[in-house]
Formats: sequence, C-alpha cells, structure tokens
Amino acid sequence: MQSLSEIDTTSKRASKAAGFSWGIAEEIGKAIRNLELFGLSGIINLNLYLKKIKKTHPNKINKIEKENKNEELCPIYCGIAFLDQCKQLEVLSSIKFYNVNFPMLIVPFVSKASEVLGKKILIKFNKTSFLMNFNKSILSKNVDKQVIASVNEISIEFLENTNSFSEKEWKELYKLSEETFVEETESLKSKGAGAGLTDND
Amino acid sequence: MNNLNIKLRDPNEIMKLSRLGSFHQSKLSFLRSFIREFKDWNYKRNSFNLDKNGYGTAVYSFSKNERNYSLVCFAQHINPDERSDRVIATKWDAAFVLHDGVPTNEDIIRLKNNVPKQEVGRVSYKELTLSRANKSVRAFDHVVESLSIGKQPDRKLLNKVGYLYRTTAVYGSGKFGLADRFRIKDRKEIYGPFRLEMMLVYLVRQFTFDQVNHIAKYKNPDKAVELDADIARNLGIGNSTGLGMAPFIVNHPTLLHNWIYCREKALKEIRSIEQVNIKDLNIFKDCLIKSKSSINSWSTDSHYQNNKINSLKSDLIKFDKYLEKECPIGEKYLWNIVYIWSSKNLKDECLEYIVSMLMEPYDNIIEPLIDNMSSEEDEFFTIPAHKKVSDLKVILENNYKSIIRIDFNKKDSNFNFWFISKNKEEPRVAGRYEERGAELEQPLAIARDIKKLYEKIIKAKQTSVIAEFLLSNDDLRHVVRRAFIIDQFPYSEIQDNTIGASLVPIDMLRLKLSFFGAVKFDPRSDKWLRINMYQGAPLPHEMKSSNDTWVYNTFN
Repeated sequence: MQSLSEIDTTSKRASKAAGFSWGIAEEIGKAIRNLELFGLSGIINLNLYLKKIKKTHPNKINKIEKENKNEELCPIYCGIAFLDQCKQLEVLSSIKFYNVNFPMLIVPFVSKASEVLGKKILIKFNKTSFLMNFNKSILSKNVDKQVIASVNEISIEFLENTNSFSEKEWKELYKLSEETFVEETESLKSKGAGAGLTDND
Repeated sequence: MNNLNIKLRDPNEIMKLSRLGSFHQSKLSFLRSFIREFKDWNYKRNSFNLDKNGYGTAVYSFSKNERNYSLVCFAQHINPDERSDRVIATKWDAAFVLHDGVPTNEDIIRLKNNVPKQEVGRVSYKELTLSRANKSVRAFDHVVESLSIGKQPDRKLLNKVGYLYRTTAVYGSGKFGLADRFRIKDRKEIYGPFRLEMMLVYLVRQFTFDQVNHIAKYKNPDKAVELDADIARNLGIGNSTGLGMAPFIVNHPTLLHNWIYCREKALKEIRSIEQVNIKDLNIFKDCLIKSKSSINSWSTDSHYQNNKINSLKSDLIKFDKYLEKECPIGEKYLWNIVYIWSSKNLKDECLEYIVSMLMEPYDNIIEPLIDNMSSEEDEFFTIPAHKKVSDLKVILENNYKSIIRIDFNKKDSNFNFWFISKNKEEPRVAGRYEERGAELEQPLAIARDIKKLYEKIIKAKQTSVIAEFLLSNDDLRHVVRRAFIIDQFPYSEIQDNTIGASLVPIDMLRLKLSFFGAVKFDPRSDKWLRINMYQGAPLPHEMKSSNDTWVYNTFN
C-alpha cells in the first residue's frame, strides 16, 4: 500500500511533469492525498487527466464568476482559483462551472475552501453529490463510477451553518443533560466564587 | 524578567549559510532528547539469531506500558566490491527497520524479503523507519580479531574511526510504504522531531557491539572476551550523508523555523538571566573543558573543515583567557556579557559553539522547548489569497532584505541547479552551464524566485488581492506561499542564494546534522560528509542512570 506521503510526492512531481507550475503541483499533491485519505479516487482521476492534457495544456481560468463557461474547463485550475477566491465568492451563495473535465479533481480544493470559510459546501454533478465538512470529511452520494471524464455542469453551493435538528429535539436533549447538575443550596450560594462582594465597585 | 530587553537574534544574520554551517550539537539536539525521553523505557534484546559469521536476524525493543517499538536487524555477507556508502549501492552489510509493536513471525518473514532491498523493497504502515549500514571494515575486523584472542582492541585506532558501522540513509515519514507521520504524531514520546530515526540509530549501535562479541566468541570460544563497556561507550554509529538532506531544510520551512527559533529562544532566555549562580557557571565551564577532547580528536582531510576546526581551536584559547582573566564573574547578566564579548571577538564557528555550551546548565529552559521542535506543516500550506498585493510587498521587503538585493543577471548568481537523479530519486546539485537537465530544476532556487516575485509585485496593482495576482503569475505560486509562511515564521528561510557559485552545500547538511546531535563533521567533498552519532552515549543498560552530558564523556 502506498503511503499518503508517497501519493503527495508522486502526484506533485507528475503534475509538474505534465506542465503545471511547481506551486500548482504542490497544491495538487496535497489535494490528491486528501482525496485518497477520504476514500475517493484521486490517483485514478489524476493519472487519466494528466494523460489527457499531456499534449495540450488546459487553459487557465480567469476570475471566477457566478457562472463559468468555456469549451473545456480544467478541474485543477478551477479548483485552485475557487480556493484562492473563496472569501470573495461566498457572497454568491452558489456557483456553476460548465464543461468540466474529471470533476472529481475539483472536489479536494472545494473541501479545503470549506475549511477556510468554516462553512459546509455542497457540490453536485450528474446525480452525484459531495458534502464538504470543513475538510474533516466528505460525505458522498450516488458515486457509482470511480471516473467521470467530463460533466456538462458542476454546481457548488455554500451552505449556511444551520442545525440538523429541531429546537424541540435540542430542548429535550438539554433537559435530560440537566439531570447531571446539582441544585445549589442557600449555604453553597453564600460561599461560592464571588460571593459576598459587590460588583458595583 | 528581561530588564535588558534582549531580543531574538536577527534572522538575516543567523540564517546565512555560513552561520548555519557553523552550528554544533546542543542540549536541544535530537539524539540527546531521545535519550532523555526513553531513559526510563525497558530495553530488551528480544532475539539474536546470527550464525558464526554474524549473519542473520536480530530484534531489539524499547517498551513501556502498552507501547513497544522493535528494531529488526538483517545482517548479510557482501563482497568488498559491493560495499559502497553511496546512495546508488544495492547491497549493505546490514539493513534495519523499526517496527511499531512486537513483530510476528509473518512480519519478520515479510521484512526479511524487503528490508535488505531498501529503496526497491516495500514496507508497511506497521513500520516506522528504515535504514542500512556498512561496516567500517578496518575497525570492525580489528575489534573482532582482538576480542577473539582475548584482547581489547586498540583504542587509538578506534578513536580515529569512532564507530564500527556507518549508516548511509535513514528513512521515515511514509517513504517506501512506511507509516505516515499522521498515524503516530500524537504519541507523546515522539513529540520531538526525528525521534524514531534517533531510536533506530541508537539500537543499531548496540547491534554492532553485540555482533562483534558474537563473531569473536564463535571464532575462539575459549579465549574470546567481550568488548569493554568503556570502549563500546566511546564508539558511536557513523553516517555517510549526501545532498539528500539539503533540500529537506528548504522543503520544510515551518519545521526549520521551529528548530532555529527554539535555539534562539533558549539563547535569549539564558542571556536574560539576571544572576548566574555558581553551580550553573561551573556546569558551563565543566562541559566546555570536557568538550575539548572531542574537538581535539576531530580529524578530517577536508581543507574547508580543517580551517573551521583551527578557527574553533584558536578562538577557544582566546575564550578561555577571557573567561579566566577578563570575564566579570558575579556581574549581573553575566551570560549576556559573555555572549556580547563572544560575538565581537570570535568567529562564527566558535560563537555558535559557545551558544551551544551556554544551554548546558539549563534543563528548565531547554526541556519545554523540545516539544515545540516539530511542526504541523499542513496548517500553514494554504495561501491567504484574500490579502492584498501591498501586504505581500511589505512581507518581502521585511523578510528578504538581502535576497532582493542579489543581482540574478550575473552568471555566478545562477551558477547551480538542483535536480532529482533518475537512478535513485535523490537530490543533486550541478553546474547550470556545464551539465544537462537545468530545465528539470527543482523549486529550490528560492532566492532567485523570491527576487522574481518581488520584481513582479512592485509593478502590480497594490490594491489587488493575491488571488488575482496568482491568476496570471502561477509560476511564482510556490514562493508566494513561502513569503506568507516567513511572515509568521521568521527563521523559516535560508537567507542566501542556494544556486550561487559560492554555495557550499555541506553547510546545509551541517545545519540539519547539528540539530540531530552529530559530531566530528568530516566533509569528503563539498557535497557529502561523514559524521558520528551517539559517541559517548550510555549503553542501553546504563540509560536509566545516565547523565545528559554524556556527549562530553568521550575519552579520546
């Protein structure tokens, strides 16, 4: 079994060899390492994508907008630009990329952005979805193929930090937790920290 | 209380290669912190299945509570023409792996099929560090021969060599399938950097002693004697090291910062001691006196190193005179006075030697620093791309003052390039104008790329955010990252040109090796050197009662 360190180093070197700059290659190394750590197919997708672009290097993306269209979008340039600009992009609530190759490769950069912003982010393409949890985990749904060579549309949605439970459920649980507390007697109150002093001094 | 308001030393002064290449072992060194941490662990030689020639398998371990680390050793016959310390070698006298836990028989069989192959073998997440070593044939054979006829070996010869085996690489952190650091980093006993590499080397040293005793006994069962403990203690384990280490300190900027920062913080705290007590003064003096036997037996054919050793020796004489006649013992802030005198009167080699010595009396200052010498590097990887171009300009101007003054239009400033060799995937340096391959240069020309970045940044729109700047300058992304790191970690960068014509690569090796705790730096060229580790260290059965100043116990 390859270690994550080997995955990082080899992905970085291969990406440089395929024409990315060293700084971008460093990002790719960490990204593929994270995908594999989360149990997603990083190496397979990177390998195929680097083969695809070996002869013609993909175009870089300019500033990311709410809708991003091109003949073919590179998941790596899109992912890194998204990560770099995530603090400005957050206000857009949702973003779309069209005609993206190997969409799995955008996932780790968005996951990192989720950590940077402290917000969950949802990515959807075809029937597949990924919920980014602050780069601590990625929950995936309907990942029936390890490799998708291209998708017409990727949607990315910034999720507000909301509870997954109702106020009623919280109150019920809290009430139960109160059963670990001790009722203070008058005697205890008179001896507790801060007792006997006026705070109006 | 620091009434003098002593500051940390300026990174622009300390991070020059000539200064970093003058660093010496100290109380912060990893060999010494390993022994302090593991001295109360239980040492055991679990198995020792060697034949009469000393070939076979042995297992050693350290254990405490539920934790166990096992060194598995494989010794084999190799022909003299197969023995090479170079990384291109494919066979070694012995190969070693540190296994996490107690290895099963299946583990031993698996490891036996892989560990002797080193880089072309595979190990697993159950293994932590990997290494190999070759005999110093003249020392090894002499010791075996002497012991087998009932005599102790010639101390003079052993003093000259200093060890029975030389390791030629020690790998860790995920290489060749080894466990990734994240799996084990939360174990308190390995908070200090390279602790498991240090453990491996320490146990290898013991294996070398057991092996000579074993062979001598087989050779002459009636007359053979065991290697005297005093002689064994005075032997370390050698290491031949090449350029593999040099890129490490460039590629791990936050780790480099933490090492240097701890050294600088220790010095600052020591200089800030208002009243130096006589006991601490005597510890300093005692270590200084004892350390000289190691300096006097420091032998090398390297002209470069001999100049440094001679400078150290003559400056130490100067320092002794100062300490005896001029130093105002009893004065407040004595160490600060000593340091200031040293910085004005001694060359780098001796100044940094005195800095190391000043740490000796102060367990209370050093010990809390040890746990801060590792780094969670990934936390600082992401570029804060929301910041402004003007922020980056200020960072560059504040932290790369001398680098942005280098003229990279000069041929000499671009003289070298770093690359990874195809045959062993090892870093190398070569002349850009003489050798092929510069187009595959590694991103280690930090000074040149920082200068390029600065030239672009001063022309860029200052109110733009970095994310925007990077869209059209991704060739400089690697140094943009570094610049934001140095903003938080001022000692993270070598303040020199690592591709210039005057580069002495072994300065980079020496920096790292001094933090390991290596002594007797013996450059064999400007690109590789030999060192000694654990010379004077307690033997495993002596660890529990050992004193941290063992490094000064050598008797040569």
